[in-house]
Amino acid sequence: MKGYRRYFLNKLGWFFITLVAAFCLNFFLPRLMPGDPVAAIVARLAQGINNTEGVQAIYQQYAELFGTNKPMLEQFFLYVRNVLRGDFGYSFSQYPRTVSAVLAASIWWSVALQFPAIITGWLIGNTLGALAAYLRGTFDKILLPVSIFVSNLPAFGMAVILLVVFAVNLKWFPTSGGYGFDLIPALNWNFVKSVIIHYQLPFWSIVLIAIGGQAIGMRSMSIYELNADYVKYARFLGIKDRKIVGYVFRNAMLPQITGLALAIGTMVGGNLVAEVIFSYPGLGSTILSAVMGQDYPMISATTLIVTIMVLTATFVIEILYGFIDPRIKAAQSE
Amino acid sequence: MKHLLRQIFRSGKFLVGFTIFTSILLIVIFYPLIVKEPPLQIIGQGTFFPPGTYVNVYDSLDSTKYILNLQNAAAARIASKLGDKDREAMAKWLTLAGVNEEDIDITNTEALLKLWETNYDRTKNIPGLTNAQRNYYIRLDNSLKGLLSTESAIIATKNVDGVLEQKALISPSDYVNVNQVANVRVLPLGTDNFGRDVLTELVKAAGVSMQIGFVAGLIATLIGLTLGLSAGYIGGLVDDIVMFITNLFTVIPSFVLLILISFSIGQEQRGATTIAVVIGLTSWVWTARAVRAQVVSLRNRDHVNLSKLSGHSLPHIIARDILPYIASYVVMALILQISSGILAEAGLSILGLGPRTTEVPTLGLMMNWAMIYQAQILGFWWAYFPVIVTIALISFSLNLMNTGLDHVFNPALRN
Repeated sequence: MKGYRRYFLNKLGWFFITLVAAFCLNFFLPRLMPGDPVAAIVARLAQGINNTEGVQAIYQQYAELFGTNKPMLEQFFLYVRNVLRGDFGYSFSQYPRTVSAVLAASIWWSVALQFPAIITGWLIGNTLGALAAYLRGTFDKILLPVSIFVSNLPAFGMAVILLVVFAVNLKWFPTSGGYGFDLIPALNWNFVKSVIIHYQLPFWSIVLIAIGGQAIGMRSMSIYELNADYVKYARFLGIKDRKIVGYVFRNAMLPQITGLALAIGTMVGGNLVAEVIFSYPGLGSTILSAVMGQDYPMISATTLIVTIMVLTATFVIEILYGFIDPRIKAAQSE
Repeated sequence: MKHLLRQIFRSGKFLVGFTIFTSILLIVIFYPLIVKEPPLQIIGQGTFFPPGTYVNVYDSLDSTKYILNLQNAAAARIASKLGDKDREAMAKWLTLAGVNEEDIDITNTEALLKLWETNYDRTKNIPGLTNAQRNYYIRLDNSLKGLLSTESAIIATKNVDGVLEQKALISPSDYVNVNQVANVRVLPLGTDNFGRDVLTELVKAAGVSMQIGFVAGLIATLIGLTLGLSAGYIGGLVDDIVMFITNLFTVIPSFVLLILISFSIGQEQRGATTIAVVIGLTSWVWTARAVRAQVVSLRNRDHVNLSKLSGHSLPHIIARDILPYIASYVVMALILQISSGILAEAGLSILGLGPRTTEVPTLGLMMNWAMIYQAQILGFWWAYFPVIVTIALISFSLNLMNTGLDHVFNPALRN
């Protein structure tokens, strides 16, 4: 355990550095953009008002609300303080709800949808990829092009196809939402059943996309490992094939775990769009409604939350990786 | 170089990808030369006209009439006018009236009509039917009688006094030749929610999306190449700084940055080029990492050292001794960047953060429009399905080319 300490501390350090950097980007990027966001908001609100004093008053009020009339540095510290308290201000489009309230309602839908789906897709994809590398022949010949094609379908494309086939035409599943429109979220069997039924299509659309990408990666890795010298040597020594394959796939797996950690950001981004197609009540739909309603505080908070989600997931995978990869242990005990 | 090209084109995967990609490219280039209409012109008054050949009714009245006595014309006419709902309603009435359920086949129009004619009686009182339902069946019966009539339709125009005057008689066996009608418009993919020709729009959108992908990919590759080269070759402090930035942006999801930046730019400022540049600026990380790794392994090779000893300048060493070795990799990275740039634009557009909507269509915008108007739920497949297929084909062909190149340059993956 002691040998891992440096690895963990290193990873933890990086986690915080990226967090701070992401936080700063989230604050400064919109403010570096040309144009005054408050002026833009006021321009929209003040359409049809030709009383300049009135417009001026609206501007002042919003500048006060967002603190844009204060110096940049002061704004930044105010922002930090508020975010640490979980206060992202009021939502424009859903006033008088606060942004935190809206996010609290949607974040768990996204987390519960995306992470299980990505992990399931990853597991199935890796198994198929390893099988393709080991069996070769027809299985490989079919799996590889199919995987390439599926992984190149954008997540929203897969979502639309599943939606049209299974929800609109076959009517097996509902077309949109996270639960029946006639239900109020509560812990009873009716609601849970509705949630499970609504969960299927978004879940499988993410899983299928993930399978494709992971299968290709695992296939390449496994072929590479199967041709490695240690495999030839082991065969030469007469070690059983089954045992060799076990070693090979364990070694091929390691880069796949790193790959998952690195790709999780891209996957989550694509899946947010898939959520929109199913009108799933997660963060993707929140972003869409925030964009539609020109809801500035909401966009900023949602992007920050998604970033934190991805960073945490990456961090967890890297910690797990530390336990699995023997090389890390070896490096630390030197 | 010639040998290399020959080797690349011998790879089946590359060839398939290359063929698909070039075909799309050729269509994008040559289609506008044939169909000269502006792609965003609104031609249809109404939303989502289904694909097909549109024949001008007014013109067809004036065209020469041919009489064709076709046997199944009447049956086809009735079948096309009798909807599924009406058929089901008829079957329901018949079963309620005591007809054996197994005798009713709603797919067989002729048998159904015969059954209806012999059994239906509007005075018959069937228990359980509301008054509205009873009236519905009477209306249905009347309309069926209209369908079965063989009388001609009269075309009339108003004369000077404003009185209708018979101009022509059209009997059920009159036909016009489509080739002789002055105005016929083929809409292979129908129209979209704005009433625009989907095919023309799609071709233009594919072109714009490919341009966005290309610009984004080029920017990303150039930034990645520059950073990777400087970090890998110069090393030291430069390397540390570049790697620090790169590591940061590897974990911060680029799509999230893309959302944030696109939203901050604002709708008015977002043209197709701006979106392309923003995508390029947020997606250089992978290229930078990989180029750096390759350059680090090249830096201390003998030929590079020799070049240094011979007093060659830094640009000379990079251009002559390093770039040729990583060129294949950079080309492959560029191909992938183009593909992911197209996908990124599509994703952004679906979230409503795509290029502003007035000037050019992109694949993502078309998707966005179709989704907003719920084409997927209402069954207007022509509005979204060709778009998905086009996106998938472009990105599939690019990735296939990439895999093919990978097999040529990495012999370990072959056999």
